[in-house]
Amino acid sequence: MSLWNKHAIFEKNSILLLIGVLIVISIGGLVEIAPLFYLKSTIEKVEGIRPYTPLELAGRNIYVREGCYTCHSQMIRALRDEVERYGHYSLAAESMYDHPFQWGSKRNGPDLARVGNKYSDDWQRRHLENPRAVVPGSIMPAYPWLAKTDVDLTHIDQEMKVLSMEGVPYTPEMIEKASIDAKAQAVDDDPNAADLVKRYPKAQARAYGEKGRITEADALIAYLQQLGTQVDFKLYDGKANLR
Amino acid sequence: MAHSGSAGLLPGQKSMTLGEMGLAVIAALSAVLWVIITANAWTPEYAFHAGLFAIASVATVFLIVNRYHARPAERPAQEINGKPNYNFGPVKFATIASVFWGIAGFLVGLIIALQLAYPELNFGLPWTSFGRLRPLHTSAVIFAFGGNVLLATSFYVVQRTCQARLAGDLAPWFVVLGYNFFIVIAGTGYLLGITQGKEYAEPEWYTDLWLTIVWVTYFIVFLATIIKRKEPHIYVANWFYLAFILTIAVLHLGNNTTIPVSIFSSKSYIVWAGVQDAMLQWWYGHNAVGFFLTAGFLAIMYYFIPKRAERPVYSYRLSIIHFWALIFMYIWAGPHHLHYTALPDWAQTLGMTFSIMLWMPSWGGMINGLMTLSGAWDKLRTDPVLRMLVVSVAFYGMSTFEGPLMSVKAVNSLSHYTDWTIGHVHSGALGWVGYVSFGAIYCLVPWLWNKPKLYSLKLVNWHFWVSTLGIVCYISAMWVAGIMQGLMWRAYTALGFLEYSFLETVEAMHPFYIIRAFGGGLFLAGAVIMAWNLYKTIVTPAEEIEAGVTPALVPAE
Repeated sequence: MSLWNKHAIFEKNSILLLIGVLIVISIGGLVEIAPLFYLKSTIEKVEGIRPYTPLELAGRNIYVREGCYTCHSQMIRALRDEVERYGHYSLAAESMYDHPFQWGSKRNGPDLARVGNKYSDDWQRRHLENPRAVVPGSIMPAYPWLAKTDVDLTHIDQEMKVLSMEGVPYTPEMIEKASIDAKAQAVDDDPNAADLVKRYPKAQARAYGEKGRITEADALIAYLQQLGTQVDFKLYDGKANLR
Repeated sequence: MAHSGSAGLLPGQKSMTLGEMGLAVIAALSAVLWVIITANAWTPEYAFHAGLFAIASVATVFLIVNRYHARPAERPAQEINGKPNYNFGPVKFATIASVFWGIAGFLVGLIIALQLAYPELNFGLPWTSFGRLRPLHTSAVIFAFGGNVLLATSFYVVQRTCQARLAGDLAPWFVVLGYNFFIVIAGTGYLLGITQGKEYAEPEWYTDLWLTIVWVTYFIVFLATIIKRKEPHIYVANWFYLAFILTIAVLHLGNNTTIPVSIFSSKSYIVWAGVQDAMLQWWYGHNAVGFFLTAGFLAIMYYFIPKRAERPVYSYRLSIIHFWALIFMYIWAGPHHLHYTALPDWAQTLGMTFSIMLWMPSWGGMINGLMTLSGAWDKLRTDPVLRMLVVSVAFYGMSTFEGPLMSVKAVNSLSHYTDWTIGHVHSGALGWVGYVSFGAIYCLVPWLWNKPKLYSLKLVNWHFWVSTLGIVCYISAMWVAGIMQGLMWRAYTALGFLEYSFLETVEAMHPFYIIRAFGGGLFLAGAVIMAWNLYKTIVTPAEEIEAGVTPALVPAE
């Protein structure tokens, strides 16, 4: 009985109640979140993860803008059927430069974590234009405006600068060459393409769509075509990263 | 905002308060800032928003000056004849806003439900495509509908249970109007493609900053009202409101830590990345459920059910235990959204463990709400408003049982990414949050507009049964669809190959998406019946309602 009366301390003093609540709600978050920033086992050691190229980054921003994450996950769970359907389970390292993460929470459409290079650029373009033209029965919306709108690369270097402040390893050189790199990636046989690939290994430089312009669809396809392709899983030592 | 002392002034002499003056000056400066941003914005979409901010700033200056000229010289009395002089203006505004946004949010929900059944309804236009409308739906129902219900009820309940007038003069209006302006900016932003791409936290940096200002003011108004209470004890509903307001502030700041690309750009990049961002997102996301949609609405339960049933809260001790246990455990539950992902196993296991334990305080709350009807169960037969409130608590019990079940890793491996989750969310959102809100609104409107009772209880009955049928259609369709799709994804043939292509599992959803849309349509129809009933309650003179001069009812269906 007496212990119950003690609760009156909180009921009669709003500031004490407030402090009590603040302490109680802080514990769980601190225990679960803080260690993720310093436990080395949180992110696997793996070769090949690099920041997005300027064109891929612009494409990713379109992916975010159109809310693709509301229907597509980018997170293959460590379950037998998922690995057989989509490929190797996703590593934490594969999204370590993703601001924000796009793991998703609902699959109205399939997972996209390893969709890179599974379909041709032409297929991707027609699919965005009208999904049911290539996948009868699909319930995905059509995105015809993407191929009609030029992608805005005006400020891509400033965007990369902000990301570098947040820990994405963009070098000053990468930021300086951002618009050259973006253009080099979006056309066939650009003289600067070799430099691009040096800065961003495995970057795929080619005309993704209509020649003479770089559209939002091109940028988005450039982003999609590299998804899940950075790590070479023939060389990946999963056992070394068991946690 | 602060009251300036009237010392030294002649009686009847009018002067601007410090709050009026200060807010007018800040609004004027903000107008200048936003005009500059409008002129230099990188995208037309951002220029549009900056323009809206500029217009709102100018309107604020105008409203303050206009109000100053219209008001009497004396500030509103704290008490009249020894009774608190309650400030119900902002409560009325938020109540009406909640009904408006509720119907808008349910309508968008119905549209996107139909889009999943008939993708042509996306119309091939940016601002009508599912990816942009889905955040509009979730934000409209959670933050616009739910948020206004919480504002209205918290400002009502805190005054009544503290026997004190709401603190501040302009501040409560600033909170209510500022919050609804936030909703307009957030919602139009989604349609225009301005989003952070984090679920339930889609608004961009400037919208987040604005919400922070509004929310801190809300917190101060609420706390200051508690501090000047006449009752020695803080009533249990106010514990929940306080925990809700405080925790939402912490979550909002934690999950929206972001660096804008430029003050002239709507785009920002969240400082967290990958696995840490995922953990922070679901720490936020699950506690938006835990504190916005649970703690806040439990506060509603703790005031409106005892009031409507005219019975005291069942157990004081149970309310103490379940309050502290609930707020302590909810915070841990986030990782159950990330089972079998690249989040480390230890975090997943912690999240699952606490999610299961959370079942207990949740049911503690349910028992406390339901048992409050001891000795008043007969009222369920005659009072459809009380029935709605009680059924909401029953739905709360059901979805807080289903939640822990789905947080078990083995179950989650089947349910995650499927419509089972959508069904679970909606049994909580439609059944619990929706019904407890409708019940509270049905109580509030006659109280606020000084009417003896609602225009028509028969229409409340119609609302109840139409929307209950809707909820049943909705969640049973989603159970079948979700479990079926989960099983199809993992089905193997006798030869050991995956049995179904992804597309086959999508095609199998079609009939259930139609049933779901039908259920959602019924729920929307119920809300429209409510809006009509509330409108008639407000406009019909009290004597006519008392006399029961209501026209013969024509069922809306």
